Amino acid sequence: MKILVPIKRVPDPELKVKIKDGAIDLSGASWVVNTFDEYAVETALRLRENAESGESHGEVVVVTIGPEDAAQQLRSALAMGADRAIRVDGEDRALDARVVAAALARVIEAEKPDLVVMGKQAVDGDANQVGQMLAGRLGWPQATFAATVELAADKGSLTVGREVDTGVEYKVVNLPAVLTVDLRVVAPTSVKNNITPASHSYGTGEGGPRYASLKGIMAAKKKPMEQKSLSDLGVDAAPAIKELGVFLPPARAAGQKVADIPTLVQKLADEAKAL
Amino acid sequence: MGNVLAFCEFGDGALKASALSNLTFARAAAAAHGGEVIALLVGAGAAAAGPAAARYAGKVVTVEHGDLAAYLAETYAPVVARLAGDHGATVVTATATAVGKDLLPRVAALLDAGMASDISRLDGATQFTRPILAGNAYAQIEVTTPVICVTVRQSEFPQAEELGAAGEVVAADAGAVDALGARIDRVESQKSDRPELTSAKVVVSGGRGMQSGDNFKVLEELADLLGAAMGASRAATDAGMVPADWQVGQTGKIVAPNLYIAVAISGAIQHLAGMKGSKTIVAINKDPEAPIFQVADYGVVTTWEKAIPELVEEIKKLKASR
Repeated sequence: MKILVPIKRVPDPELKVKIKDGAIDLSGASWVVNTFDEYAVETALRLRENAESGESHGEVVVVTIGPEDAAQQLRSALAMGADRAIRVDGEDRALDARVVAAALARVIEAEKPDLVVMGKQAVDGDANQVGQMLAGRLGWPQATFAATVELAADKGSLTVGREVDTGVEYKVVNLPAVLTVDLRVVAPTSVKNNITPASHSYGTGEGGPRYASLKGIMAAKKKPMEQKSLSDLGVDAAPAIKELGVFLPPARAAGQKVADIPTLVQKLADEAKAL
Repeated sequence: MGNVLAFCEFGDGALKASALSNLTFARAAAAAHGGEVIALLVGAGAAAAGPAAARYAGKVVTVEHGDLAAYLAETYAPVVARLAGDHGATVVTATATAVGKDLLPRVAALLDAGMASDISRLDGATQFTRPILAGNAYAQIEVTTPVICVTVRQSEFPQAEELGAAGEVVAADAGAVDALGARIDRVESQKSDRPELTSAKVVVSGGRGMQSGDNFKVLEELADLLGAAMGASRAATDAGMVPADWQVGQTGKIVAPNLYIAVAISGAIQHLAGMKGSKTIVAINKDPEAPIFQVADYGVVTTWEKAIPELVEEIKKLKASR
């Protein structure tokens, strides 16, 4: 099977947010693959491989829309094990979720993957839109916020465990479909493909995405990376979202430590009127 | 001039609390657009819940169809998009719940609309404020498409009050329904008598320091005494101590109760992003350096083993004295 994984670069979420002239200051930013997209690459790799024999049962293509530097994040995904990459040239200011979904739809029309796997949201904009917009545009079913994924033995459908407000919902979608992944999809036994033995565990504890091996990093340098432009794809939409400004949230006033529980209850009752 | 189509979730013949927050936003947006609020109820029981919804909206549209009984983005999005056109909506809105977040971007694609997600404030007809970077910053944005899709952060909008006079309720056709082969196989839910986490007035949350699911029972006793919902940090849900749907944080649920009690939670940024809008925050942690104390209004440095039974007793005493 052929799986397409759209990825996005984001400023390292571990670093402190700085604001300059009403926008996020990215001058010294260190860029990484969006956390959820890294999980999407991991999910795609688990879906197409036999983890015990190392055999591959399909192709994983990663695609990003971004400036030249974004090729680095594609290389990171290739080093994890993806087979080839496509970079659509685009500057952030020319993009929003609607434009990205339009561009990805064109890439998908050309590539004809069986499945699109992507992160549920980018951890910079936190919009959580592109996967669903893409599915809507393509007229494909969608399974969003996946915590578990099982590929049917006939490779014709997925059963996806989704954490909804009332518990866990198991949704079945026929392929082709758009799958967006949440954190728990990288737990040791969250992804089943009826190829890797069901008893297989990817690591222990909370699991996580695989690290690129030295061999993987070397191999990634030789893997194909294609470049396209938005106009090659026939996308001329202007972004519909204008950022007017960015500001930091008001800091919470420092609280007080209280000596013991009776004092706490008294303060909650009399001072905060919270009890 | 344009109307606001508000997709409202309901259950047991009434609107959910999340829908009432959506309607507060919808009223403000309708005023800004010079139009009216149309509450849209789709699914099994929509017609029965219509009159209850009409206490909050001048117009209620209900859609019931055998193939729309349970929510699916594939079947609901075309209904919402078509009715947005039929009713002259320039804003289509839902609360940023699991359903709203799944549905609205798909509706936006069908309407070729720009979308503002998880907004915390309406700043003008087409301008919104929303959290970005896990709540570490806010962006003010403008959406320039003729139709705008919006999801609203429930904790930032109070529940709508009833209107003076009830609105009208009309039933709309489902049209052609096509699930594209998608279906819900099953839902594994945790039944609970406690209030919903995202609309509870009090939340009691436990973290990794609780060590095991069994130890959460003392927190549940405290929660039941306070009529509170139970929450947890990602460390506790990932360790399997408690159900995943208890998770409060950037990747879990966003809550803003009157009182948030964080027990044995260190206060990772991703957890703080989910609860720092709470009115009063209490932290109980044995580590005096835990970051949770930086956002807590009241902190007690002690172990949960010692603190919780004492807290239960003191609250019982307080209640008895009133």
